[in-house]
Amino acid sequence: MRRLKRWWIGYLVAISSLYAVIWNTPYPSSETASKTLFVPFSSPPKHLDPVIAYSSNEWMVLGQIYEPPLQYNYLKRPYTLEPLTLSKMPEVIYLDKALRPTEENTSIAYTRYRFALRSDIRYAPHAAFVKDKRGMPRIRIDAETAQSLRSAYDISPKASRTVTAYDYVYAIKRMALRVNHSPILDMMMQYIVGLADFSKRYSPIAVREKRAGEWFDLRPLHISGVKVLDDRHFDIVIKGRYPQFLYWMAMYFFAPVPWEAEAFYAQPALRDADIDLDTAPVGSGAYYLSEFRPERRMVLTKNPLFHKETFPVLSDEEYRRYKNADVLKRAGGRTLPFIERVVFSMEKENIPLWNKFLQGYYDASGVGSEAFDQAIRISAQGEMGLSDEMRAKKIKMLTAIQPSIFYMAFNMEDPVVGGYDEKHRLLRRAIAIAQDTEEYISIFMNGRGVVAHGPVPPGIAGHGEGKAACDTYVYRWEEGKCIRRTISEAKALLAKAGYPNGIDPATGKPLKLYYDVTATGPDDRALLEWRRKQFAKLGIELVVRATDYNRFQEKIRLGKAQIFSWGWNADYPDAENFLFLLYGPNAVTATRGAGMNSANYANPRFDALFDRIKTMPDSPERRRLVAQMVEIARKDAPWVWGVYPKSISLLHAWYENVVANAMANNTLKYKNIAPQRRIAYQERYNRPATAPMIASAGAIALFVWGTVALYRRRENRVIKKEC
Amino acid sequence: MGAYILRRILYAVPILAGINIITFLLFFTVNSPDDMARAQLGGKRVTPQMIAAWKAEHGYDKPLFYNEKEKGVRHLTETLFFDESVKLFRFDFGKSDAGRDIAHEIRERMWPSLAIAVPTFLIALASNIVLALIAVLFRQTRVEKAMMIATVAMMSVSALFYIIFAQVIFAKMWHWVPISGYAEGAQGFKFVVLPVLVGVVSGMGAGIRWYRSIFLEQINQEYVRTARAKGLSERTVLFRHVLQNGMLPILTGVVVVIPTLFMGSLILESFFGIPGLGSYTIDAIRAQDFGIVKAMVFLGSVLYIVGLIATDISYAIFDPRVRL
Repeated sequence: MRRLKRWWIGYLVAISSLYAVIWNTPYPSSETASKTLFVPFSSPPKHLDPVIAYSSNEWMVLGQIYEPPLQYNYLKRPYTLEPLTLSKMPEVIYLDKALRPTEENTSIAYTRYRFALRSDIRYAPHAAFVKDKRGMPRIRIDAETAQSLRSAYDISPKASRTVTAYDYVYAIKRMALRVNHSPILDMMMQYIVGLADFSKRYSPIAVREKRAGEWFDLRPLHISGVKVLDDRHFDIVIKGRYPQFLYWMAMYFFAPVPWEAEAFYAQPALRDADIDLDTAPVGSGAYYLSEFRPERRMVLTKNPLFHKETFPVLSDEEYRRYKNADVLKRAGGRTLPFIERVVFSMEKENIPLWNKFLQGYYDASGVGSEAFDQAIRISAQGEMGLSDEMRAKKIKMLTAIQPSIFYMAFNMEDPVVGGYDEKHRLLRRAIAIAQDTEEYISIFMNGRGVVAHGPVPPGIAGHGEGKAACDTYVYRWEEGKCIRRTISEAKALLAKAGYPNGIDPATGKPLKLYYDVTATGPDDRALLEWRRKQFAKLGIELVVRATDYNRFQEKIRLGKAQIFSWGWNADYPDAENFLFLLYGPNAVTATRGAGMNSANYANPRFDALFDRIKTMPDSPERRRLVAQMVEIARKDAPWVWGVYPKSISLLHAWYENVVANAMANNTLKYKNIAPQRRIAYQERYNRPATAPMIASAGAIALFVWGTVALYRRRENRVIKKEC
Repeated sequence: MGAYILRRILYAVPILAGINIITFLLFFTVNSPDDMARAQLGGKRVTPQMIAAWKAEHGYDKPLFYNEKEKGVRHLTETLFFDESVKLFRFDFGKSDAGRDIAHEIRERMWPSLAIAVPTFLIALASNIVLALIAVLFRQTRVEKAMMIATVAMMSVSALFYIIFAQVIFAKMWHWVPISGYAEGAQGFKFVVLPVLVGVVSGMGAGIRWYRSIFLEQINQEYVRTARAKGLSERTVLFRHVLQNGMLPILTGVVVVIPTLFMGSLILESFFGIPGLGSYTIDAIRAQDFGIVKAMVFLGSVLYIVGLIATDISYAIFDPRVRL
C-alpha cells in the first residue's frame, strides 16, 4: 500500500513537472531569463565592413557596433543630429579660394569641418589590440584555430585602446580605395578635397596588395582635405557649401576603423576562414558581435568598455507626442545600454515568425499580410487598432510614416508621355487623377500607407501643411479637405491633351501606353489588373511589360521604359535627399545610369532652385524654395506621387522604451526588457498539451495491436479452413 | 571492379564539363557581369567606375569563352570559363561574389541539412517498407484498400500543407516542439523532430505505393510459392524472402539519392529555419552570385554521378549475377 502511495506521488510530481516545463522554447532558459532581446531576420547581411555596408539589414547590426561622429537624437522630432563620439557639434568654417575664413556667401569656395572627439571612447576588447614590441598586433592564429572560431572575439587575450582622430581619418582613406567598393566614393569625391587624387593614386596599389594577400598600411598616406590635428581633433575640408554633409557624418561610412584590425585580419589563416572586417567588425559601440553565423544566428553582447551615455531627456511639451511618455520619462538620464545581449535568429518564412512572436519567443514583430486580420482591426473611421486577441495579450502597436516614397514615374524623354508642353502635362495629370491611390493603399497595403502629394514625405522639412500638402492638380482643396478630382475632370484634361475618350487620333484606337514592371508572380496579377483598370477608366489601354529585375534596370538606365514604378528610402531627413531624384543633371540617361533621376525630369527652374537649396541650411527661406520646387514638379507631373509607406510594429508588454525612429540605426542601446514578465507570458501561452500525446500514443498502439490481431485472425482462419 | 569505377570516373569528366558549359550559358544569358556587379554593390549610387572596379577584381572583365585580344591557346585560356572551370575540377570553389569562402559555407551548412535528411531518409525507408509489406500482407482485403486510399490521399496533398499543418498542430496548438529553429548537439533534437516527421509523412504515400508494387511483383514468383509450400508463415515469407529479393529494385532508387542527401530540402529548411544547404543555391541565384551557383551545380552533379556509381556497385554486392 505504501509502495503504491509512493508511486502515485511520484506520478503526480512527474505529471506536474511536465506541465511546468515549456517544451517548445527555441532558446536555453538562461537566455530567456536574462536581459536578452530576441530579434528575427530574414536576409543575412552581406557586408559588415562599414565602408561598404549600405542596406538596412546591414545597418541594423552595424549601428550597434560602430560609432560615427554624430547620431540622431532618439526622441526629438523633427529628427535632430547630436554628437555621439564628439564633445560638441562640429565647428563649421567657410573658406575662400585661398583657404582663408570668410563669411561672404559669394566668396565661399570651401567649408572646413573641425571635429573634436571625446576622450573616453574605447573599442570593445579585441585581440587585434594586443601588440608586440614593434607596436604591431602580436597574436598569430593557425588555420585550425581560425576554422573553429565563431567570432573574432573568441580569440584571447584581448586588449583595447581609445578611439582617436587617426581612426576616423583611416576610415576615410579606406573609403577612397576602389578595392573596398564604397558606394559613396564617387559622390564624396565631388566634395572632400583631395579624395579623388588619393583614390586615383593609391587604388591600383591597393589592388596589387590585396591580390598578394598583404595588408596595405594607409597610415603614412595623406588626403589633402582630411587632416589629423592631434589625437582628438581632425578636419575635413569640402568643396563649396554642402550643409547635408553633417548627415553623412551620422552614417557608418564615417565610423572609425582601427588600423590594428586590418593588420590583424591580414593573417592568411583568418582570411581563409572568412574572418575580416566584413564579418568581424571592431567598434566602440554599445555592443560587439560575439557570434556571426549569418545563415542561422548573430549575437551582440554588451561592450564592457562602452562610454558614458544616458537615455535622452525631453521637455514636457516634447514628451506629449509619445503614448509611452511615462516609461520614457522614467528611463530619462539612466545609463545605456539596458539590454545585455541581442540574439538575431534567421527566420525566412512569415508564418513561423508570427507564431513565435505570439508565443513570446520574439520580443517584437512586423505584421505580414497573413497575420494582418488577426492582429489589426480597422475602425469604422478607417483608423487602425489592435485586435481583441492582441489586446488580451497586452501587445502594443507602434506605427510610423517612413521617410520613403513609392511612386509611378513617366519617362520624360518618351515622345508620348514625356515632354514639357501643356498637352503632355495634361495627359500625365489626367493619368494621375485616374490612379486611385487611396484604393491601392486599402487593397494592396492593408492601409499601411499615406497618399503622397509630392516628393517630400511628412516629418521632413519642406513637406508642407494644410493646402500646401495637397497636390491641387490632382486633388481639389475644399473646406479644408483634399479631395481627389473626378474621372470626368480627368477625361476633360485628356481631351484637351488630344486624346478624347482616350482615343489616339493617329490610330483611331484607344491610346496604348506601356508599363514596365518586375512583378511577374501570381500574387502580382491582381495588382497589375488593378493598374490596367485605372488607365481603362480613361479609355487608355495599358500594356504591361513584365521582365526580370536586370532587364528592368537596364531599360530605366537607357531611358527605354515609358511608365514604371519605383521607390526611394531617404539617406537623411532632408528635402534635398528627395528632390535630387528630380534634378536634371541627375537624370539616368545623362549620367550613363549613375544618376538617381529615373524619370529623366529636367526643368531649368526646378534645377536652379535645387542648386540654391542644396547649399542652404534649413530655414524658412529654404522651406519656401522647397515648396516652390514641389509646386513646379506637381505642375509638370513627372511622377504619380504614389505612397509614403507606413510601418507597423507589434511589441510585447515587456519590451520597453521603444519609439519609432526611421533615421537612427543605433537604437538598441535605448531599449529595455523585463525578463520576468516575458517568462510569465511564455509559461502561460506555451503549456504543452499532454492529452493529445497520450491519445496519439494510444492510437499508434491500437494500430499495431489491430494489425497484429488481424494478422493472427487471418492466419488462424486459414488453418481452420484447411482443417 | 576497379577498372569499372575508373572508367565511370573518366566518363564523368566530359559530363561535368558539359554541365559546366550549360551552367555558364544559362547564367550569363540571364545575368550580365554588370548586373552581377550592381546586385553585389547595392541599388543606390552605383557608378560605372564602381562596376568596372568590381568586375576587374572578380575576374568578370574577361570574355566568357573566347578572348579575341589574346593569341594562340590564350584565346581560350584567358577567359572566364577557363579560369573558373579549372578551379572547379580541382574542387577549389573559391570565394563567392560577396567575398565568402564557399567551401567553408558548405561545411557549415551541410551538417544541419544532414541532421534532417539522414533521419528522414532512414525512418522513411524503414517505415515505408514495413507499411508496404503490411499492405501486401493484407492484400485484397479492406485493410489494403484503406491503406491505398490513404496513400493516394497523402500523395495528393502538397508538402507545404504538411509543413503548415504540423507547425500549427504540434508547435502552435499543442506546444510540443519549437515551431522553427536549429541548435547543435543534443539541444537540436527538439528542432529536428518535426521536420523529420513531416519529411517522413509527406513522402509516405508515394513510398508505400512504390514498395508495395515491388513486393507484389515478387509475391507471385515461384520461390514464394516454394516457401509457402515449405510451411513458412506469411510473415516469414514476406519479411525474409520477398523483402530480400525486392531489395534490388529498391536499391536502384535509394542508393542514388544517398550522396545527394546533404544538398538539403529547400521548403522544409526554409519553413523550419534550418540553416542548411537547401536554400543556398536558390538564394545565390536570386543574389546573382555566380561563384556559388557554379560550385553548387558542379557539386550536385558530382554527387549524382557518385550516387549512380554507388548504385552499380551495390548491385554487384547484393546480386551475385551482376559482374562489373
